[in-house]
Amino acid sequence: MQLLGAPGPAFELLAGGTKRGIGRPVGASVLDLSGIAGIVDYQPGELVLTARPGTTLVEIEAVLAAQRQRLGFEPPAPTLLNPSRRQTLGGVVMANSSGSRRVTAGSARDHFIGFRAVNGRGEAFVGGGRVVKNVTGFDLPKVLAGSWGTLAALTEITVRLVPAAESESTLLFAAASVAAAVSLCAQALGSRFEVSCAAFVPGRGVAVRLEGLVSSVQSRLTGLLTALDRTAQALLEGKDSHRFWQRVGAAELLADCPVIWRLSVAPRQAARILDDIEPDTFQLDWGGGLIWAGARELDAQRVRAALRGGHATLIRASAAERCAHAVFEPQAPAIAAIAARFKAAFDPHNRLNPGRMS
Amino acid sequence: MLAPMICLPQPDAAIIARKAGILAGLRAILDAEDVIDDELLLRAYETDALTAYRQRPLAVVLPHTTEQVAAVLRYADQEGIPIVPRGAGTSLSGGAVPAADAIVVGLGRFNRILEVDYEDRCVVAQSGVTNLAISQAVAARHFYYAPDPSSQIACTIGGNVAENSGGVHCLKYGLTTHNVLGVEMVTPQGEILRLGGRHLDAGHYDLLGLMIGSEGLLGIVTEVTVRILPKPQTARAVLIGFATAMGASACVADVIAAGIIPAGLEMMDGPAIRAAEDFVQAGYPLDVDAVLIVELDGPQAEVDELIARVTALANRHGATSCRVSADEAERLRFWAGRKAAFPAVGRISPDYLCMDGSIPRRQLAPVLAAIAELSVRHGLRVANVFHAGDGNLHPLILYDANRPGELDRAEAFGSDILRLCVDVGGVLTGEHGVGIEKRDLMTYQFGPTDLTVQHRIKQVFDPQLRFNPGKVFPSLSRCSEQGREHVHAAATRHAALPRF
Repeated sequence: MQLLGAPGPAFELLAGGTKRGIGRPVGASVLDLSGIAGIVDYQPGELVLTARPGTTLVEIEAVLAAQRQRLGFEPPAPTLLNPSRRQTLGGVVMANSSGSRRVTAGSARDHFIGFRAVNGRGEAFVGGGRVVKNVTGFDLPKVLAGSWGTLAALTEITVRLVPAAESESTLLFAAASVAAAVSLCAQALGSRFEVSCAAFVPGRGVAVRLEGLVSSVQSRLTGLLTALDRTAQALLEGKDSHRFWQRVGAAELLADCPVIWRLSVAPRQAARILDDIEPDTFQLDWGGGLIWAGARELDAQRVRAALRGGHATLIRASAAERCAHAVFEPQAPAIAAIAARFKAAFDPHNRLNPGRMS
Repeated sequence: MLAPMICLPQPDAAIIARKAGILAGLRAILDAEDVIDDELLLRAYETDALTAYRQRPLAVVLPHTTEQVAAVLRYADQEGIPIVPRGAGTSLSGGAVPAADAIVVGLGRFNRILEVDYEDRCVVAQSGVTNLAISQAVAARHFYYAPDPSSQIACTIGGNVAENSGGVHCLKYGLTTHNVLGVEMVTPQGEILRLGGRHLDAGHYDLLGLMIGSEGLLGIVTEVTVRILPKPQTARAVLIGFATAMGASACVADVIAAGIIPAGLEMMDGPAIRAAEDFVQAGYPLDVDAVLIVELDGPQAEVDELIARVTALANRHGATSCRVSADEAERLRFWAGRKAAFPAVGRISPDYLCMDGSIPRRQLAPVLAAIAELSVRHGLRVANVFHAGDGNLHPLILYDANRPGELDRAEAFGSDILRLCVDVGGVLTGEHGVGIEKRDLMTYQFGPTDLTVQHRIKQVFDPQLRFNPGKVFPSLSRCSEQGREHVHAAATRHAALPRF
């Protein structure tokens, strides 16, 4: 706050640094927030946790697991694509990172309910609250989630929690085409058997996840197979299921691709988009609504042109490529004008992660 | 301490003086019958469900298309005229109360469902479509739209977006903001924007997330894309009686701590139970001080097991009675009393004020005790009906507006309750919005910098501060007391609506 309160240089906000390669490179001195760490308040009965932004997810998840709870969203686990265990709560909130369960359980923005922060003017302010139900004033947590540190530096974060599932199982089905895979996902997610995740991983097939009480998961498995009128190729249970979804959430299949895109689209558009962009490697999550596309070379124009609604974000590319091409989806001019005024309202002198989202 | 009387913004006399010209300007944009200035017809728009406050607007317009909304807003922008957006006018916080120099833009003609998409599991609706109509449109295929504010037969999806509405089931299924994928909106300058769509999350700043719950301060939503969910296989309710509210509160905490997220977890206190039972004969126990209604939904096997767990917890907390709904008719009967609680209270008191504070669950018992003390101090009765599962209180303060000073005392009592909620770590409003009702208490929850930050966002969209004036932000302008009237229950708007 003192650093930002007086006129001075711009800063690159950093904690664990695991997402530093996403966004346009920030040419500014580093403001290391990893020391602003630790759990501030955790009352399991409230299903709410307050922690400082530099707290690692590894620490938070261990504390929650001991109480058989978990974060309401499903931030990607450390894996091949991003092996560091230093991922922090502040990082996942600022990136609005959410894994496979997002399609039914919501993303970081849906479970981020309150904060303390310092904006680019050096003003300390709060937004939201520490209770799960709150409509007092503008929903500022939504504004900061996914803002990649360009509006404010978080100093304290409150997130909603959910009870951990007692058990989980995953069914794997063969799919003849992308369109058939998306259609099967839609059937599963639209069924009454409370499917929590549905993905298509080439080589493995369509994966459908069921979570909950042991008795409930068993009966839903049977019900779902009958409703879909299909035979599963494989059944993954417990830890095997859990590990499978960790790998999906982190897009491990694409770990070797030098260029990686992440596209959020209407599921029924997925097959056509993949036809248009012809990636070297891909997987679908969120029932087809999330496309991970990997390639050897960057063809930004082709990816952007394939979208009709939705957005594409460049998750991996060289620094030079990230300087030359928009990493985040370009906005319509009227919305871009609002976004620029919005940025100025929080950070008029462009001192927080300057240029990162431009 | 006495609550400061809520002021409506001082109207601009120069705008009112230009009324004839403004009406002509509006009639150049819209058909004559879509511009209302008849004093009698305007009366229908002078308040919302916070009926103690009313103000006739300059005019009401009822556009048919987004382009017409944009044209009206461009005109108002050029002419510097305030705008008050309006859905069905069911706001309990005065979110749609007009201003004397404002044009009310009513979205009543935006009443069409544009598309139902089962493959991508979403519905595209114009913003004046009622909340319930969306669920009805997809019911045949066993889908529904999850947020279910109690006024759902009347309230519009656009109003839900403005207020980030909740409902009984939001404990498990989330608020409006968790269930909206996209909107089409018109800015105060008359520009048409699309935020979100059929995909998840924002590619840049989450302006959609900001719009939801912005209480009509940033623009007018004309179309909404919502997510729909498959209906749960089964739903059953447990009706549990407790000798004390303390026991019921402890049971609520333990249900949540046991890892159970019920579809609904509601509590009523003694006065509310008796009023509801007198009204609809739902079969509630009358010898208790609190009842919980716990609804479990999902696959049959899961619901059976959870009911067993909830029943065991209830007994451990000294429940005096515990009934599980045997069939759908009985489940609905359990809910009938709860849903009728507000009108039932309306029968035992000429008027009531409905509060909406939200607190940490562990504070339920102490806050209920403190509300009882405040009730004695202010000399007014109170009935408590609320969403216990997420700590969202709805104390109903009973008063008689015809007795001089009672509305003031009721408002003072209400302010004390809301301050208490903030003091224990909660917030002023869990689902009804700030509106004009809680506006002047915002400084109790937020510091000056917090409010400045929010006000800058308002100015990003509406630099002239013309949109829904007098709402949400504490007013610095001079006070106009003409809007406040004492209204008796008989004249209450939407008196027949169930209220949770």
